[in-house]
Parts: sequence; structure tokens; C-alpha cells
Amino acid sequence: MMKNLKWRIALIAVAIGLAVWAIVPPAEKIKLGLDLKGGVHLVLRVKTDDALKVETDTTVDRLRDSLTRAGVAFTKIEATSPTEFRVEGIQDDAAFRAQSVDAETVYDRTSEAGGYSYRMKPNVVNQLREETVAQALETIERRVNELGVAEPIVARYGPQDQILVQLPGVSDVRRAKEIIRSTARLELRLVEQGPFPSSEAALQAYNNALPPDAEILPGRSEGGGTAGAGSAVYYVVKKVPVVSGNDLRNAQQSLDEFNRPAVAFTLKQDAAVRFGSFTEANLGRGLAIILDGRVMTAPTIQGRITDSGQITGITREEMLDQVITLKSGALPASMDYLEERTVGPSLGQDSIRAGITASLAGLTLVVLFMIFYYRLTGLNAVVSIVVNLLILLGLMAAIPVTMTLPGVAGFILTIGMGVDSNVLIFERIKEELTTSRGVRAAVNAGFDRVWWTIVDTHVSSLIAALLLLQFGTGPIRGFAVTLIIGLLSNVFTAVFVSRTMFELILSRRQQAQALSI
Amino acid sequence: MQIFSQPNYDFLRWRWHAIALSLVVIAAGIVLMATRGLPLGIDFSGGSSMVVRFSQDVTLDQVRNAVAALPGEEVVQQFGDPAERRVLIRLPQEEGVEEGAALEQASLRAEQALRSAGLPAFEVDNRELVGPVIGADLQRRGVYATLTSLLAITIYIAVRFRPSFAVGAIAATLHDVLVTLAFLMLFRYDISLNVVAAILTITGYSVNDTIVIFDRVRENLRSRRREPLAQVVNLSVNQTLGRTVITAGTTFLSVLALYLFGGEALEGFAFTMLVGVISGTYSTVFIASAIAIILSNQRGGRRPQAAVAPTAPSGEASERQAGRKPRRARAS
Repeated sequence: MMKNLKWRIALIAVAIGLAVWAIVPPAEKIKLGLDLKGGVHLVLRVKTDDALKVETDTTVDRLRDSLTRAGVAFTKIEATSPTEFRVEGIQDDAAFRAQSVDAETVYDRTSEAGGYSYRMKPNVVNQLREETVAQALETIERRVNELGVAEPIVARYGPQDQILVQLPGVSDVRRAKEIIRSTARLELRLVEQGPFPSSEAALQAYNNALPPDAEILPGRSEGGGTAGAGSAVYYVVKKVPVVSGNDLRNAQQSLDEFNRPAVAFTLKQDAAVRFGSFTEANLGRGLAIILDGRVMTAPTIQGRITDSGQITGITREEMLDQVITLKSGALPASMDYLEERTVGPSLGQDSIRAGITASLAGLTLVVLFMIFYYRLTGLNAVVSIVVNLLILLGLMAAIPVTMTLPGVAGFILTIGMGVDSNVLIFERIKEELTTSRGVRAAVNAGFDRVWWTIVDTHVSSLIAALLLLQFGTGPIRGFAVTLIIGLLSNVFTAVFVSRTMFELILSRRQQAQALSI
Repeated sequence: MQIFSQPNYDFLRWRWHAIALSLVVIAAGIVLMATRGLPLGIDFSGGSSMVVRFSQDVTLDQVRNAVAALPGEEVVQQFGDPAERRVLIRLPQEEGVEEGAALEQASLRAEQALRSAGLPAFEVDNRELVGPVIGADLQRRGVYATLTSLLAITIYIAVRFRPSFAVGAIAATLHDVLVTLAFLMLFRYDISLNVVAAILTITGYSVNDTIVIFDRVRENLRSRRREPLAQVVNLSVNQTLGRTVITAGTTFLSVLALYLFGGEALEGFAFTMLVGVISGTYSTVFIASAIAIILSNQRGGRRPQAAVAPTAPSGEASERQAGRKPRRARAS
């Protein structure tokens, strides 16, 4: 009996020791959530339809090309949705089918009057969406790292097309948001004509009929700065880029010939070869450098250029941001912000102070009550609450679980609800004392009888807490995890620790006649 | 020391009164919900809220006037201690606004309005923008989590005890959720993410309380086979009364500390818990066992034979038995 007791005390001491070791020093070991530390929490949705649209458009272009080259007659080919396209007016079915084999590995074909309609295969759609989100996630990770934020979180979130970004301690939220979101799609395209003062003027230059391979894009007025409404310009450019974002090797800060900020970029090997022969063939024409569908500059091609270029006419801030976004690569699709929660550091500080005050006040009230009501045995409960809180904090530091504002609430609830098991046991011991034979028997009976009650109550609370975990977003998850750990460690402290203390007290006395309860 | 020495109250005599009282409160809550609509916070409805800290004192009316011209109905409230000079401004979801860039429009416009209104300098301490997609998603998940939680607990109790007890426990829990909602309506709290977390916690807590009584009923049923169920249940409620009240007391004390000192951000959570703890204790004593008995009586007047543990021939043996793993009450 005595030996058994020693082992139990040793085990409890080890548990407390490990918990304290995990916690100290608290400022480093306890991870604080954004709502306490300050920072921004963002949820983005990747518009995966963009990537599907690109795939469909490319397929349409390729098919049109090969049909034209093979001399197969058709009246119309067009994309009808991000995943569908249609071909009309086919004369020679066999010749057409010979060209469309490629497309049919990705698209399902159905016959229509005088043509076919194509719809992307469902497994391809899913795979493309999946790849797009995964790629967007990687790109955002690289950008966030470039931002130099400590301990950022970038992760998949909820439904398949959402991404969570948490940036602790970021002060310039607007800039961070822009950098994360900008598609950074860099394209170099040949200028057909321009600049024009308005898109109407551009259209008129072609008698309102643009060539099918050209389009009108907005640009920015010469001289840099943000283009106001008055100084807007438009270019007519080729639809197909010579060089696109994937061909980019690197981007860095630079200066143009007038010592103004610029972004210098270099191209990969194969793109450089292509670009070299392209510039040679188009000497004297304009080359549009397009970022996210906007013509940044449109210099004239002076000579053969192989692997480098420059974006000029930008402000210093734009330069810094563009280097980050271009370096980290283009996003495969554009994104929307669905949710933004920003907490300033001072509010976080106040919340921490309020949380500590409330915890101490709660603990004090409960401790006073337990000692007032249960006298010396109340001390027993107090020890098990404190050990419970230590283990809770220790596990939170070790796992680690982020401490959030609702987590603080979970912590305080653990104080109040944690004594429940103690109360259950103590009340039972009191009852047994009136009927049973001696203190020792009453204590034993008290613990034995309520064991299954404690199991039942904890299981039902755990069910609620686990579902909370399922439901919750960031902060609520913190609350649920705190509650779950608190419940589990409470079984240990209220039953094992408390019983050991009872036995320790009783073992000191030869003949225990009374219990201060 | 003992709050109740040998309590012997006839709780079950008041069961119909208790049920009537609860129904009145719940009905009032439902009427409020029907007339006013459920006051969903921006977590669920979408919209923006910001906490602005001014460098000098301002009145709420000054702030209200500054943002009055913005579209929709703005809410302007003191946030926390007035000495901190923080003001909460909540802006509704804009009609017909698409996701994306527009998300921050409302809050930027509000900032602009404050700046041009000639108020003292301020900084934005907290900004929350929730788009309709996220809000709808959370609404769905909140309802789903609450219902699944109730269902899972019902199944657990039905397996561990007996189906009529499960119905009693879950009725009591549902009662607590509805009563809490009624009080939230009455005191005009918004249903935020934290409030839903508190409601889910209440479901766990309330069932907790009920299980303690049911466990005692199960134990007593073994030694008092000849007594009617109602009498055994009443005895069990009385025997566990001390524990019920003390646990409610300690939980109440800690939640009270949270309510008083936990800061503005947790106030809704703490209020929900305060109401839930009181309602949970009340429903444990008056509602759960009453419904369990009413249901048991309907199914045959006396308690079903199968509820008695088969290996408990005499009182003494059953007492020893009770200390070990209790047998499941098998449904007949």
C-alpha cells in the first residue's frame, strides 16, 4: 500500500514537472493566436474557373490552328463556357475527326446539328481545379515568405477552393493583401497600334472591326505614376503572347536610364531563344509588357533582345511589390477575398490582460468557495484544479495548441467545470460517511461509485467538444481543443491525483475517525 | 458543511408547472425570433465591423452622425471601457455586392467618412470583413454541429441508459438551447461565432448534469426494485441535489469572472454561458427527469422489467455491484 502510494506520488510529480518544463518560459512556449497577438486572418477563394477557361481557350486555339492548317472547312469554333466549346458547320466529318483526336482525350464529344459540342471530362475538371488550388497555395507561400512575416500560416481551408492565410504582426495589411492577390501574369505581346486615348478611338482605327487575333488592353500614360481617368491610354495588341509568366527566370530591383525605379527580369533558356528570333523579325515595332492584363510599358524594339527586359515607369512601392510577385511566379487563377479579420496589437494586448484578470478572478472565486465549503478537503480540490491547469497549459505548449481569445474562455471554463468531478466525489464521500463504516471505507466507496458517472459525463462533454472542433474556424478550434485537453487531464487530476492525496492524508493517521469535508 | 441536509423535496410534483414555465419562456423567444428575426452577427450574415480607437474623447452621437450617410443601417457602440475610447462600428452586408475587392469597400468608406467628419485622430484596432459565402457556410456548419452534437449525445445516453432517458436528457438540452436563445433575443445580443461556441458548450454541460442524476437513478433502481420509478427518480434528484447546485455554483462563478473581467470581445460568450448554466441546472432538476418519467409511464405504467440489473439479488450485493461497471439497461 505504502509502496504503491510512493509510485503514484512520483508519477504525479513527473507529470507536474513535465508540464512546468513545457511551459517555462511562458512568453516563448505558449503560442498566441492572431486575436491576442495582432495580425491579419484572410480567407481567399481561388477562382478555379479561370484555369479551366485557359485550358478550354487554349484547346480551341490549337484546334482552330490545326483545322486551318489541314484545310478542314468549318464555319465557327468558340468556347461557350469555361469547360465547353462548340464547332459548327463541318463539311468533312472524317477529316475533322482526324484533327480533333487530341482534344477528345480531355473533352467528351456530343453530336449536334452540323457540328459537335465538347465538354471537359469531369475527372479532368476536378484534377485541374485541384492542381490550380495547390499551385496557388505554393505561390502564396512563396510570396508570404518574401514578405518576411514571422510564423505565417498558409493552408487549405474548408471547401476545396479556399485558402487560409494568417499573417501575425503585419502592419500594412492593404499591401500584404495586394501582393498575395495580384495574379502577376507577365506577358510580352506585339503591339498592333497605339496608344489611343480611349478604347473607342482604338476601335475606330480598325473601322470597328478588330482583327480576330488582336484585342484592346488598357495601359498607363507615359511618365509613370498611377494613371488617372484623364490620362488613360489604350493599346491594340496581339492576343497570343510571345513570352508569358512561365518563361520568367528571375526578377529584381533595377533602375531605368533616367534613374527611375524599374523591375528587371530575365527569361529562361528556351524562351530566350524564341524571344531573340522574334525581336529580330519585328525590329522597329512596339512590344507591350503586360502585367495582369494592363500594358505597363510599350517600348519600340531597337534590336535583338534575348533573355532580359525591364518594366519601367513605376513607383518605388510598385517596384518592390512587383519584384515579390514576379519572383514568386504567377497565380494560375485570380482570387477573391472571402473574409478578413484584422486585430491591432494594442487590442490584442488588452485582450491578454483581460483574459489573465478573468482567469485569476475565476480561480480565486472557485478556490475560496471550495475551501469555504469543503474545508481541508477543499484544498484537495484546489490542488487538483491547479495541477489540471498546469497540465492543460503544458500540453498546449507541447502539442502546440494556439491560445486564442475563445481558448481563454475554455481555460476559465475548465476551472469551473473541472471541479465538477471533485464535487461529485466529495458529495458521495459525505453521503457514504453517514451510512458507512469509517472514513477509509467511505473514501474508497466514494471514488468507486462515481467512476462511471465521471466517465459518462466526460464522454458526453467530449462529444460536444469534438463537434465544436469540426464546426470551428481558427479561434473556435482553439476553444474546442482547450476544452478537450482540459476534460482529459481533469479525469487524471480529479480521480488519480485527488485519490492519491486522500490516501496520503489517511495513511498518516493510524485510526482515521473524522474527515474535514 | 452541507447546503441541503437530507433533502427530500418533491420535485416531480411540480413537473407540469416547470414544463409550462419553460414553454412560456421558449414561446416568448420564438415570438421574438419570428417578429425580429434571428439577430445574426457578421460572422453569419456577412458584413463588416471595425473597432476604432480615438486619440481624444468623442461621443457616440458624433460617430453616428459621421457614418449616418453611408448606405444601410450602421450600429455604433462603445467597445469596452469608455476610458479606452474604442468605438465599434458595424456595417451591414451591401446589397448585390460581389465577392472580392468589394469586401473592404464598406469599411474603407466608413473610415473615409470618419476622417472627413472632423473627429479626433483615430486608428483602426480591429477590422472584420466577412463575405456572404463564408457567412452562409458558417451558418450551415453551426446548425449542423449543434444538431449532430445533440444526436450523438442522444445515442450515447440511449446506449448507456435507456431510450426514454435519452429523450429526457435531449429534451432538457434542447430546452437549454432554446431558453438561452430566448434570453439572447431579449437582451439583444447578436448570434456570433463565439455565442454558438457557448451554446455548443452548454449542450455538453447540460447533459453532464442530467447524466449524473440518471446514473444515480440507475444505481438506485438496482436496490429499490419495488418502488415506482417516479419515486426513485425523485430520490435520485434529491441525493444529487448538493452536487448539482455546487457544480452550477462553481461554473457560474468562473463564467461570472469571465463576464466581468474577460473584456468586450468575450462578453457575448460569457452571457450565453451564464444563462446556459442557470437554465442547465434548472432543466436538470425539473425537466429531464420529468420527461423521462412521463415517457416511461406512457410505455406501461410501471418501469420495464428489463431495466433491473439481472445480477442484483439482494440490496447488499447490488451495492457492491454498483461500484463496478454498471450493466447496460437493456431495452425490452
